[in-house]
Amino acid sequence: MSRRRLASGSEVDTPTTVTLADLDRAQRAKVVGYGDEVAGSTARRFFDLGIVPGIEVTMVRRAPLRDPVIFRVGDYEIALRAAQARCIHVELVS
Amino acid sequence: MSGHHQHGGGTAEANVGLTRFAVVGSPNSGKTTLFNAMTGLHAKTGNYPGVTVARFEGRVRLGEQTVVLEDLPGTYSLDPISPDEQIVVDVLDTEHHNTRVDVPDALLVMLNATTLRRSLGLLAQLLQTGLPSCVVLTFTDDLARRRGSLDVAALSRAIGVPVVPVVAGHRDGVEALREAMAEHRSWATPVVLPPTDTAEVTAWVDSVLAAADYSLPDLDHRTRRIDAVLLHPVAGTVIFLLTMFVFFQTIFTVAAPLQDLVGQFFGWLGELVAAHVHIGWLSAFLSEAVIGGLGSVLVFVPQIVLLFILIALLEGTGYLARAAFLMDRVMARAGLEGRAFVALLSSVACAIPGIMATRSLPSANDRLATMMGAPLMTCSARLPVYILLVSMLLSADQRVGPFSARGVVMFVLYLLGAVAAMTAAAFFKRLTSRGVPLLPFYMEMPPYQIPRLRTVAAEVWTAASAFLRKVSSIILATTVLLWVLLNLPLRHDAELAAAGVDTSNEAAVSAYVLDHSYAASVGRGIEPLFEPLGFDWRINIGILSSLAARETFVATLGQVAAAQTPEDPASSLRTMRVQSGPSAGRILFDAPTIAALLVFFMFALQCMSTVGVMRRETGSWRWPAIAWMYMFVLAWVLAFVTRTAVAAVW
Repeated sequence: MSRRRLASGSEVDTPTTVTLADLDRAQRAKVVGYGDEVAGSTARRFFDLGIVPGIEVTMVRRAPLRDPVIFRVGDYEIALRAAQARCIHVELVS
Repeated sequence: MSGHHQHGGGTAEANVGLTRFAVVGSPNSGKTTLFNAMTGLHAKTGNYPGVTVARFEGRVRLGEQTVVLEDLPGTYSLDPISPDEQIVVDVLDTEHHNTRVDVPDALLVMLNATTLRRSLGLLAQLLQTGLPSCVVLTFTDDLARRRGSLDVAALSRAIGVPVVPVVAGHRDGVEALREAMAEHRSWATPVVLPPTDTAEVTAWVDSVLAAADYSLPDLDHRTRRIDAVLLHPVAGTVIFLLTMFVFFQTIFTVAAPLQDLVGQFFGWLGELVAAHVHIGWLSAFLSEAVIGGLGSVLVFVPQIVLLFILIALLEGTGYLARAAFLMDRVMARAGLEGRAFVALLSSVACAIPGIMATRSLPSANDRLATMMGAPLMTCSARLPVYILLVSMLLSADQRVGPFSARGVVMFVLYLLGAVAAMTAAAFFKRLTSRGVPLLPFYMEMPPYQIPRLRTVAAEVWTAASAFLRKVSSIILATTVLLWVLLNLPLRHDAELAAAGVDTSNEAAVSAYVLDHSYAASVGRGIEPLFEPLGFDWRINIGILSSLAARETFVATLGQVAAAQTPEDPASSLRTMRVQSGPSAGRILFDAPTIAALLVFFMFALQCMSTVGVMRRETGSWRWPAIAWMYMFVLAWVLAFVTRTAVAAVW
């Protein structure tokens, strides 16, 4: 897959950290965690929105102006801006 | 005012002592539909003390007893990140109770059966409050349609509180809920409270879902097919633009004849009173100030009704979220989100519906920022003022390239209004978000639904009745006060004759009365303030009178100039000259002054109705005061700059 953006966090992660923002249409991934830059309150909100480690996420579609992007999270669909999508680390599901 | 401060907009006093139920749930959980189904037309809106968060409350009869139902703002969590969510936390906080909000006696927790996994996380937090709770399970029909399944009795056992399934449009679910509410004292409570640690909550949710034999619904193919068209980069954009065009046309064009009818009715009523009351001043006061004032309140009702029908349809179908999705990138530039677009668009018709439309924004800071910008959009009341001034500034045959110069100036005025509104909104968004971490943006895309007539009707009713109850007094008071200023002191025929006024010439009489009214004294008094802009006391009277409604400026100027042709005040205004002061003898309406006036009307909040509705929506006088001040300063400074610039090049 194309690696347009790398996670901006400076964690000791391998440079191949994949985030929700990297997903192409219809691509599926499993949430592994949040970036270090994510504030505690935002992390809690991701959790309350059901974006929890282990949950499967599918990229549904991009807005005509490229941002935001609709994701299917578990049993519902939610639109996130790239700024938030970049904070959510995932691993691809083949 | 006094007593209302304690109890958010005065919706609560009458309900003291009654059992209170709070409806809690995430957005799209069917919360509003249930609230409207239970309270119908008995809902009242107000504000929570000190914040721009609307409060919805209504009485419900349960057999012998009457209880109060409160619709709390939609939230995904009890860890608040916005003022709206903070309200939910404050209301439910039984230990450190905020005395300015009433604590509910029991909770109705809305769970959407198709998003049960996520919804149970909120339930876990709500059960921690220890308040007696009953789960209202919604969208079970959708769950069945999408071939998901759920054992309601097992769900109830697993979470330890009663569960009542309610399907929108089916009365039996609501009846079952009423019966359950009447028995709230004997509701089951969980033997063990759900955990608070996030990992444990996930495990608890998993165990509840397993116990309730929950199977995930299929993808909603209907929604998916509709989205393929409505969110298509080309087709979706075209449909969006068409939808917004129809939306705007409805508020702007369809409302106009209805507003005319309201105007004509009150005009007729005024004449009727004038014909039957023979005391001159009383007859004028009743017909112009009181009946005219009532007319200027009710003239907004067609727009408000149409606006709320449209918004309820957009919201009820699920299209509002899609429109916001399409526009989000554009609105993000002003620090707002896509849904603010609808409010700003409505403001092009009128800031009153525009400000009321901010209710569809979930974040209080976004609502406030949008309200601060909305009055700068070029509303329909500015149009007659602009037309008069532009026609005085430019002749009909002047051209800019192939276009009429008048048309170009009008276009620029509309464009600048939109840019100013977005800039002001961006500024206030920054200001109110200072020091708080940037809120994450997220927006649920609900499945498409067929809107319920009852919900649409209830929302329209709530909006229109709240406007009439809370704003009419402000508008009426302004109209009466301005009438008094513009028409008093009273002049007797003898006095008029002594001053050399032809008492049989109505235009001359009204010009004399106005020129010697209290308003004229005010106009002369504030002359030094407006002198740098080139305005004399006669223009100041017009500006003062336009506080009732901007278009009044045109009529007042016509009256000042004793225009023989009230339909065309421009011709008599063109020849007016400054009477006194350093620039005495100058043509009053020269190009720099007209340009300054145009800019002044573009920015100044010359509309007490807008101030009133802002007061009603924000719950205090603070924000309307700030809005009025900042717009006045902006208008004055920019009008001065414009006058100087035009004078230099003209």
